[in-house]
Amino acid sequence: MAAWKLGPALAAGCTVILKPAEQTPLSALRLAELIQEAGFPDGVVNIVPGYGETAGAALSAHPDVDKIAFTGSTEVGKLILQAAAGNLKKVSLELGGKSPNIVLDDADLDSTIPGAASAIFFNHGQCCCAGSRLFVEKKIFDKVVDGVSQIAEKIQVKAGFEPDSDMGPLVSEEQMNKVCGYMESGISEGAKAVTGGARHGNKGYFVKPTVLVNTNDKMKVVQEEIFGPVVTAIPFSDPSEIVARANDTIYGLAAGVWTSDIKKAHSIAAKLRAGTVWINCYNIFDPALPFGGYKQSGWGREMGHEVLENYTEVKSVCAALD
Amino acid sequence: MATAVSTPTMDPNVSAFVGAKRKLFINGKFVDAASGKTFPTYNPATGEVLANVAEGDREDINRAVKAARAAFDTGAWSKMPTAQRGKLIWKLADLIEKYQEEFAQLESLDNGKPLRISRVADVPLTVEHMRYYAGWATKIEAIPSRSSSGSGRNFLLIHFANRLEWLARLFRGISRC
Repeated sequence: MAAWKLGPALAAGCTVILKPAEQTPLSALRLAELIQEAGFPDGVVNIVPGYGETAGAALSAHPDVDKIAFTGSTEVGKLILQAAAGNLKKVSLELGGKSPNIVLDDADLDSTIPGAASAIFFNHGQCCCAGSRLFVEKKIFDKVVDGVSQIAEKIQVKAGFEPDSDMGPLVSEEQMNKVCGYMESGISEGAKAVTGGARHGNKGYFVKPTVLVNTNDKMKVVQEEIFGPVVTAIPFSDPSEIVARANDTIYGLAAGVWTSDIKKAHSIAAKLRAGTVWINCYNIFDPALPFGGYKQSGWGREMGHEVLENYTEVKSVCAALD
Repeated sequence: MATAVSTPTMDPNVSAFVGAKRKLFINGKFVDAASGKTFPTYNPATGEVLANVAEGDREDINRAVKAARAAFDTGAWSKMPTAQRGKLIWKLADLIEKYQEEFAQLESLDNGKPLRISRVADVPLTVEHMRYYAGWATKIEAIPSRSSSGSGRNFLLIHFANRLEWLARLFRGISRC
């Protein structure tokens, strides 16, 4: 994951201090050994694990740092922005999402149903771009919900090292409690879990893949980022109203559209306020495809050539020739 | 000491890596935190301590900024010929690929995702990503343009892209965004 920032920053000639998340520092530290082995000059890449409140805060506020690139929650993104104000360091932010995944009634359900399940359950829903609001045209709503729920029930929730594991634990106890709290909140407000709805087992931080129905657009489970394997399935009857509902959160990171009519797909894609729109696919990443968010999903784009703007300043030089 | 989980399929290098205290990487060297403190990282599948890691704080950040600033200001990196810079980034990609199984296992242990997904998705994508940007190192160029204002004098206008020294990512406890 560090590669998303490290690659372009190094290509641009920047030197780097990498502060990995306190929950997952190990692969960055293994990378440090390879940076040494590759023969990078000393100090080009420095890796300093620690907590956000201490190491992260010191880095964000440091007067000799010119630029900060952060991936994480919108809440922490705002703290970083405040800390960065001291020396007005440049900031790019890749933050949260509550991405709509829209299924029209002419979609090919054989690919749409597994696609919609994977959109939310991939990486246990711990994807900032997870397709966590599944909007389905009324005529096919029951069929799609049924299909996604059947897939959810078959998902093997086990430790990542088990060979038949499809879904591992959430990253921390805190995250597990947060996700369970959201499910309880939704259910207490009238939502129904077609499948899942609770913790899985009592050891490790596992949560059952969950499909919620009977929600309304104002519920916390529909508005806020859960960052877990929980999808809210929402029927709609009028395709002309769907864009407004899809855009109705503070986020704008990604979206999906499933239809066999490419004209409809592009018409919706053009109106969605989202940095990435996947048509008849989801969670496709490519180094050449810029990624980032509208609204409170962040500032700037990663990947593609666009990301290089994050790590360079433009200097205009004007020379008189006569 | 860390109580690493013993799993039959674990790579011996990974067991050794999580079994020893991991240090900070500052100015090309592995060092303890200035405070001497460490913090545990947990295996989310069991809730047990996976490894102990030096805990970076303000003073360590100051040391790292000093090192990064020096590497930038002396031009050791920022003025290195871009072809050579690209080659080093490519070499790093090759090394990640060489040790891809270790990375897949470390990711899976630390963030919990299924090993078979780290193997086919996360690690190969990281390698591709580094190679893609290795290629960009030689392609960040200045753009010459003509004056638009027609003032009667001729000017040569050039936009240069200059580098920023930059910092960091703090990322959410997952391996993809």
